[in-house]
Amino acid sequence: MSRTVLEFKNVSKIYEVGTQTIKALDGVSLKVKQGEFLSVMGPSGSGKSTFLQVASILATPTSGKIVINGKDTTKYDEVARARLRNKEIGFVFQTFNLLPKTSALENVALPLVYAGVDEETRLKKAKKILEQLGLGDRLNNGPAQLSGGQQQRVAIARALVNDPSIIFADEPTGNLDSKSGKEVEKILKQLNKDGKTIIMVTHESDVAQIAKRHITMVDGNITK
Amino acid sequence: MKMNFKNTFLVAVKAIMVNKGRSFLTMLGVIIGVSSVVLLTSIGTGLQAYISDQFADLGGSIIFVSPGNPFGEGGGFGGESAFIEGSKPLLKRTQFNQVLRENRDVIRDGVVSGLSTGEAKYRETTKRVTLYGVTASYKDVNKTAAIKGEWFTEAEESKGERVVMLGLSIADELFGNIDPVGKRLRIDSRTYTVKGVLEEEGGGFGGPSFDNYVYLPLETLFDDFNTELIDSFTFDAIDQESVEAAKAGVEETMLKFLDEDEFTVFDQTQLLETINSILGTLTVALGGIAAISLVVGGIGIMNIMLVSVTERTREIGLRKALGATPSQILFQFLIESALLSVLGGLIGLGIAYLGSLGLQAFFPARVTMGAVMLAFGVSAAVGVIFGVAPARRAARLSPIEALRYE
Repeated sequence: MSRTVLEFKNVSKIYEVGTQTIKALDGVSLKVKQGEFLSVMGPSGSGKSTFLQVASILATPTSGKIVINGKDTTKYDEVARARLRNKEIGFVFQTFNLLPKTSALENVALPLVYAGVDEETRLKKAKKILEQLGLGDRLNNGPAQLSGGQQQRVAIARALVNDPSIIFADEPTGNLDSKSGKEVEKILKQLNKDGKTIIMVTHESDVAQIAKRHITMVDGNITK
Repeated sequence: MKMNFKNTFLVAVKAIMVNKGRSFLTMLGVIIGVSSVVLLTSIGTGLQAYISDQFADLGGSIIFVSPGNPFGEGGGFGGESAFIEGSKPLLKRTQFNQVLRENRDVIRDGVVSGLSTGEAKYRETTKRVTLYGVTASYKDVNKTAAIKGEWFTEAEESKGERVVMLGLSIADELFGNIDPVGKRLRIDSRTYTVKGVLEEEGGGFGGPSFDNYVYLPLETLFDDFNTELIDSFTFDAIDQESVEAAKAGVEETMLKFLDEDEFTVFDQTQLLETINSILGTLTVALGGIAAISLVVGGIGIMNIMLVSVTERTREIGLRKALGATPSQILFQFLIESALLSVLGGLIGLGIAYLGSLGLQAFFPARVTMGAVMLAFGVSAAVGVIFGVAPARRAARLSPIEALRYE
């Protein structure tokens, strides 16, 4: 029986836009277990992006409880949330979000900077992961010298470097051609096979197929 | 925590290195500010030091008696008006002689001097010159030796012989390559024999340099130029310790002839103090003007850092998402702006150093440690102070909005 790494308990997120009140999340409850690969689908405005923000504790819910790896984050301040994100969460973004004019190696090592790891260890760890992802010959290239697929692999390496409990992937193939997209899918699948918990938001159903468990959101609720 | 700070510091260093061009432009304001503060104050302090040296050369035992009050209101150093007014000569040779007689124990010697001007002509060269009539003891009291020929004697002085000594510059201007000794120089309508050329004196305190003077016996000046105005008495105290006693003695004797406000007795220290206070004010004023450019440089840093924060919104969002705390972001930007201004300050100091070397070819510039520390300290402070606003803005950014998540 694997343990729960992410738990939503009746989580709501309400935005006030002018006079309008938008319920982006409407009492969502959910458990994600260690080693799961979850896809979150849904039309735009369904609340899936808000789900990702709240689950990755970039945003705080209006009400409800989020427990990550056994830690209740409800009373966490910004500093505590930053520390928890650094330790437990890896991000893969649609637009990669690599630092410009910075080598692949240093981009991957970035989370370790904030974990307080010394430079030598940082670069050693980053190098190892980049080599595992087939970028051993691209260590000193900046994002501008890398293809989209390579950039996303660097971003995945960055998500892995601090060995987080959960990896959040937000439309990870959305900015890639189909060939690079397939590569990234393959990597994510392999990571999950190796035991990583992955939560992926996507609107493409064929991409969602690589996940093992699927939820769909509509109007701030999980429908299935 | 220590490791975290070191990491944040290195992140800031990298951010500067990644944008070398922009970093340099950002520093430019501070570079100019620091170098101008140091250079401008070096001119002021250099002048002060130069003048102090000149006084030290004179030995520090010289006492002057001037008519009127050159230190008083409206006085300055052009205090001539005080005795030309009403054309009544205040100082007289008899007074001088009596001062010497009554103060033999503290005063070694003295010089009586008067000033006039005339047109000097040698062959085709004509120059308007300052004529400095002095008694023969001038060479001993002012310690000015002749490098060519020799000084006129006491006998020549008392007889009013038509002989002159030339300052180094004026000798060069009038005679060029010709050796002036023994040559005949016309001044106005009379002819004088050049007895010698004096060693370089410099000075003149912004006025005409002593090297441009034509020196002639005081009696000759009185006879030929229809004047009997004595410009000043100069006395040489026996040693530096006797200066105060000598001043008191001179004053006592002079009071027998003149009212208290008709003459002034002063020594070099007083003169030096006055000059120093004028130059000190000048230095502060110059430094103040330059300091404004430092502040402007600081505002430049703030502007660029604010632009930089906006430009790097995504980067800040990403860093926060990956675990940077607000204070780490704050320090990253604060360190960045502080480093920029410190680096700019160092470059500015380098330029000021080179500039002062260049200035020294024309001018006795002197860079002081105080000016360096002040300029550098202010530039570092400017970087921190003007870095706060951009750094706070960066620290407050929400990671979601920064990443344009929606």
